[in-house]
Amino acid sequence: MAAVPISWFLTLSAVLFVIGAAGFVFRRNIITVFMSIELMLNAVNLSFVTFAYQFKKVDGHLLALFVMVVAAAEAAVGLAIILTVFKRRPSLNIDEVNSMKN
Amino acid sequence: MDVILFLVFALFAVACAINVVVQTHPIASAISLIGVMASLAVLYLLLGAEFIAAAQVIVYAGAIMVLFVFVIMLLNAGAESKSGRSLVAQALGVPSLVALLGILAFFVQRLFPRESATHFGGFTGGTAKAVGKALFTTYLLPFEATSILILIAIVGAIVLAYKEMD
Repeated sequence: MAAVPISWFLTLSAVLFVIGAAGFVFRRNIITVFMSIELMLNAVNLSFVTFAYQFKKVDGHLLALFVMVVAAAEAAVGLAIILTVFKRRPSLNIDEVNSMKN
Repeated sequence: MDVILFLVFALFAVACAINVVVQTHPIASAISLIGVMASLAVLYLLLGAEFIAAAQVIVYAGAIMVLFVFVIMLLNAGAESKSGRSLVAQALGVPSLVALLGILAFFVQRLFPRESATHFGGFTGGTAKAVGKALFTTYLLPFEATSILILIAIVGAIVLAYKEMD
């Protein structure tokens, strides 16, 4: 039976994480930046599930579940913050949200 | 069969992930992100994580992405405007990301030799029964903590959005 090495899953996780980090750094749209964070969380979840397979334990699945819960809470609060910011200054460009800088 | 499934969905996930970052319109990024999450759910099934695969589709591709799409529609978000990037960022950005990926991939290949392989059905401990049992015995305290976290998030989101209303 053809088998997939563990390292392929972990490498895929690393690739997705790096793409998410690139989006987080390069993009200017605040919603896309948020989606890049979700992409990174998904990549980390894939490594958790892969390690759960590797060690034949269910603990990794629980950690992935907790990451999902935290991601859901973070998305709800983060999008509410985006709505509040947008109300004050109708722009989604992350460079223009700099009132704490000055 | 496993290798074909893995390669198809891994390539689909990477293509969709690149599309998330490359697209200038947020709604196109959101649709691509749903593609990433769906293909990751298939990979979770390959690793024997049935419950996590279902939760991935329901929670991520369902709830969280609907929230994102809803906010994109509500704010009427258009295509991103180009902003002047600094020369340092242009010169160093992509090479340093490739270097990070190279280091990560190098250590992964070093730590996990090719003998440690996965095959479908090699781990059957990821059922809803097993996950639920661990969740309500070993991980009871973190579970209660997440329920309080969700409560705080709900209250926080309502407070923020309520202030936005008036």
